[in-house]
Amino acid sequence: MRNGQPGDSAPGALVHARDVGVRRGERWIVRHVDLRVGRGELVYLIGANGAGKSTFAKEVLGLIDISEGNIDRAPSIRMGYVPQRLPLTPTLPLSVRRLMALTGRFAAQEIDAALAAVGLERLGDPPVTTLSGGELQRLLLARALVHRPELLVLDEPDQGVDLAGANRLHRLIEQICDDFGCGVLLISHDLRRVMDAGDDVVVLVPHEHDEPPEGGDAPMAGGGRERMPQS
Amino acid sequence: MLDDFFTRALIAGSGLALVAGPIGCFVVWRRLAYFGETIAHSALLGVALSLLLDLYLVVGILVCACVVVLLMFHLERRDTLPADTILGLLCHGSLALGLVVLSFFPNVRINLHGLLFGDILGVSHTDLVVVSGGGVVALGVLWWLWRPLLAATVNVDIAAAAGLRPQRAHLVFGFLVAAVIAGAIKIVGVLLIVALLVIPAAAARRFATSPEQMAIGAAAVGIVAVAGGLSASAEFDTPSGPSIVVTALVLFALTRIRRSRRA
Repeated sequence: MRNGQPGDSAPGALVHARDVGVRRGERWIVRHVDLRVGRGELVYLIGANGAGKSTFAKEVLGLIDISEGNIDRAPSIRMGYVPQRLPLTPTLPLSVRRLMALTGRFAAQEIDAALAAVGLERLGDPPVTTLSGGELQRLLLARALVHRPELLVLDEPDQGVDLAGANRLHRLIEQICDDFGCGVLLISHDLRRVMDAGDDVVVLVPHEHDEPPEGGDAPMAGGGRERMPQS
Repeated sequence: MLDDFFTRALIAGSGLALVAGPIGCFVVWRRLAYFGETIAHSALLGVALSLLLDLYLVVGILVCACVVVLLMFHLERRDTLPADTILGLLCHGSLALGLVVLSFFPNVRINLHGLLFGDILGVSHTDLVVVSGGGVVALGVLWWLWRPLLAATVNVDIAAAAGLRPQRAHLVFGFLVAAVIAGAIKIVGVLLIVALLVIPAAAARRFATSPEQMAIGAAAVGIVAVAGGLSASAEFDTPSGPSIVVTALVLFALTRIRRSRRA
């Protein structure tokens, strides 16, 4: 079940970002972003290339420091991350099941269950380099799921997957959000996809590059986010 | 038995190969061959430092190599220069500095050829103890570091999101490479040590289906190369380092032949 109202700041949020900005040198990568993900919620983060989507995903995970604003996370929250791409070096022999245990030790049944949740139960244990783009994306999702995350951050999982595959992937993610009861922050550049799905949508707009770092509040078109309430 | 110079070199060399195998795998996976070269070249500055401060040679080299690793990390984070430019700067800068400092000691005779290419006659009892003890410590550190380091090798962000602190893993790994190179100076010499990191790992890749298999295979190939190379060195009076590396090359070539027959 999806619950929680978009924009409400009631306690129980897994992650709550307020007026977040990141600056590199003189340039703001993202600025004035507000976002909240609660348990069982699927929140879309939409934006064009260069709008700072991946940067924001890493802020949510706490991988990079923010320059302004703040991000509150539920105490000792387990977060799972599915990166946009996984460039694999051919010199590293890595099988499917070995990748599943990359960041932790798991029983075979736990790995089986996570693979089954993404529909890869019949994959076996081939080298990861032989997988198709869609299979690799689902494997990365399973790798994150085996940790039983409370918050799952997916960075453009539909990148490099054909339209039919992308549709299946998005249905799968909705399913996982319901089944596992975890909050999901899904980053995408596909605006159409989110009109009829998700609990909340946050749109990132590329920030103006020439704005001085100490400039006042930027107008919406210059860089913030727009919020589209759930219909 | 340990009075025999050959036995001492064999034990020290095998211990070295045992550690160099798994660490060499990470050098191959993470494309750090030039990083290894840089630390190896700094060894000569370490030799000069040992003479200047009257330190035990391996310790002087290790300290110097660790400083270079720290400097490299600092520059990579702070500076906008590309990584290989920073490596080139440190690699040849430390080599040149080492040679200049050494020239201030005209009365000290150092076996430069032995430092560059290895000298099995030069492995003392102390060296044996230091290399064995250091090898055990290095293997222990690698065991503890394995999961974070492997995760960071596959994907830094995944490792960081799982709380495995990839930057710390990278730094400790840099120190491990420094330790291997300091321990290798008498056996293979600074100019060839990177071969002992890269070639066994490359040879083991063909037959490995997991990272752990590849690490064990690389250690095994390295030990065979050390034993074969040292025997050849004693037999034909060739320098030990090149003999070991040539043996490793032959082993690597053999893995390729088997591969092409199967294909």
